[in-house]
Amino acid sequence: MNLLAATQTVGNPVANMAIFGLFVVVTMVVVIRASKRNATADEFFTGGRAFSGPQNGIAIAGDYLSAASFLGIAGAIAVYGYDGFLYSIGFLVAWLVALLLVAELLRNTGKFTMADVLSFRLKQRPVRLAAATTTLTVSLFYLLAQMAGAGGLVALLMNINSRAGQSLVIAVVGVLMIVYVLVGGMKGTTWVQIIKAVLLIAGAGFMTVMVLAKFGLNFSEILGSAQTAISGATTEGVANRDVLAPGAQYGGSLTSQINFISLAVALVLGTAGLPHVLMRFYTVPTAKEARRSVVWAIALIGAFYLFTLVLGYGAAALVGPDRILGAAGGVNSAAPLLALELGGVVLLGIISAVAFATILAVVAGLTITASASFAHDVYASVLKSHNVTEAEQVKVSRITAVVLGILAIGLGILANGQNIAFLVALAFAVAAAANLPTIVYSLYWKRFNTRGALWSMYGGLISTIVLIVFSPAVSGTKTSMIASADFAWFPLANPGIVSIPLAFALGIIGTLTSKDTGDPAIAAEMEVRSLTGVGAEKAVAH
Amino acid sequence: MQASPEFQDLRSRLRRFVFPMTAFFLIWYGIYVLLGAFAHDFMATRLFGNVNVGLIIGLGQFLTTFVITGLYVRFANRELDPRAEAIRNELEGPLQ
Repeated sequence: MNLLAATQTVGNPVANMAIFGLFVVVTMVVVIRASKRNATADEFFTGGRAFSGPQNGIAIAGDYLSAASFLGIAGAIAVYGYDGFLYSIGFLVAWLVALLLVAELLRNTGKFTMADVLSFRLKQRPVRLAAATTTLTVSLFYLLAQMAGAGGLVALLMNINSRAGQSLVIAVVGVLMIVYVLVGGMKGTTWVQIIKAVLLIAGAGFMTVMVLAKFGLNFSEILGSAQTAISGATTEGVANRDVLAPGAQYGGSLTSQINFISLAVALVLGTAGLPHVLMRFYTVPTAKEARRSVVWAIALIGAFYLFTLVLGYGAAALVGPDRILGAAGGVNSAAPLLALELGGVVLLGIISAVAFATILAVVAGLTITASASFAHDVYASVLKSHNVTEAEQVKVSRITAVVLGILAIGLGILANGQNIAFLVALAFAVAAAANLPTIVYSLYWKRFNTRGALWSMYGGLISTIVLIVFSPAVSGTKTSMIASADFAWFPLANPGIVSIPLAFALGIIGTLTSKDTGDPAIAAEMEVRSLTGVGAEKAVAH
Repeated sequence: MQASPEFQDLRSRLRRFVFPMTAFFLIWYGIYVLLGAFAHDFMATRLFGNVNVGLIIGLGQFLTTFVITGLYVRFANRELDPRAEAIRNELEGPLQ
């Protein structure tokens, strides 16, 4: 993105920054007020399990709708048309997996982390270590993508083009994130996500209404104008696109079609394995509230993606592909440019601030999840064999959050300007391959045992990462991360179509080749608890 | 408790709803993705105005997602919650 940075900036950087500053001040006040009591592990990791279903559902939407899904999907629809829309459908349908198979049973069975569910009847230490490894890997990839994306956003919205200036902003984002997590714990983080989700969805909804009003509420007319604008683009490759049908982005060859299918599989199966999504189910008092949270999340996320459909085509029609591709930030600038077109500097400032708030809320959610997993699974269970107090777990978690924050700042600065957009897709692929099979098996398959879990988790994790390292995302093409080298022997940038079935199969093979059939009494206890909530963690009384 | 008829009833009701429904939406999504990847001309067929088959099927994915969510919530509220609560009360005593 740095290469394009000097071409055109958008709106008034001072206004953008001022509105973002206001967001930080308001959320800080809320976080400090919300975090009067963060002494126990229950309060720090789950906000005392006291959020209602609707509140948690809004926070899930806030956690899930990253800058990539706002700027990225609207931009992809504006430039590639239908293929951007395909992307958003995978992100939405995925929530049915969470609703039907995972959310309620997970809430009933676990305490703080995903590993609680797995280690209920499997061997504690190896399973926790494996689950913590996958959790930290997914969180770090996701975190890195967000932090590096912040650099591009700065170039676009604040007119900061120097490397040092962008690094400074990445550092500020990182420090703010650390403060939110340290001061606010899960409760503060949740409120940041709620505020951000409301702003983001309301902002996108407002812009959608404005676009629809401009075209007399006639969606077909927006589509027609978008196609006309694309066909009038000065670049021939863009002008030839049929943006109303699939194929503009992924239709080129059989490899790219299979690559797209692979991405679609990872998106739909990855969401219910994302650790920061799973952890949100522990912030509500009962399984029924967990169900309500997912219902709210599905409604909000679905509405939001419908908005992006209108915004994407609206940006193509009203702003035009030449201006979008010529702006700093390229495809990502479609939504901000549309805001400028519709509502001038003020609306642009608001949308820019929301985009920044989006990064902050998502990274804070990731950090608290990763630090909880380290403190609860690795430190308390594996290293100290449960001989630690809850206060100690919270302390370790806070230290982890600081370390992770500093790591994320450092890596984010290094990765700034690199093409690492594949990291989000990679995080979904790892979540789908390494986490989801084990979660589903341990909730629904009585015979499932420790070896099956370990084979599936490590097999899914390692195969996904190895395949991506040797894929065109990392080397071998002009858009690769390391464009100068070529060690890509795996043709797909998205490894999910291989690694996810492999991980599911490894879970079955590992289980059946082991004589370990587990303790039937514990398996029975887990089944009763997961379905009825008997013995489930209660909310903290207030 | 796990062997009791009440629990087995709850368990089989849950599974009889959740597994077929999951299979249904995954297959429906799979069909959509395959059409999106390979059947460009079919998806580009215009139905009315500039609205084509692909857009309608895509919006259909939104619709089925919302409908399945609604069906599941109704099912869980009517069929699962009372049964789970009865078992919970039996094991833990009624909530104070």
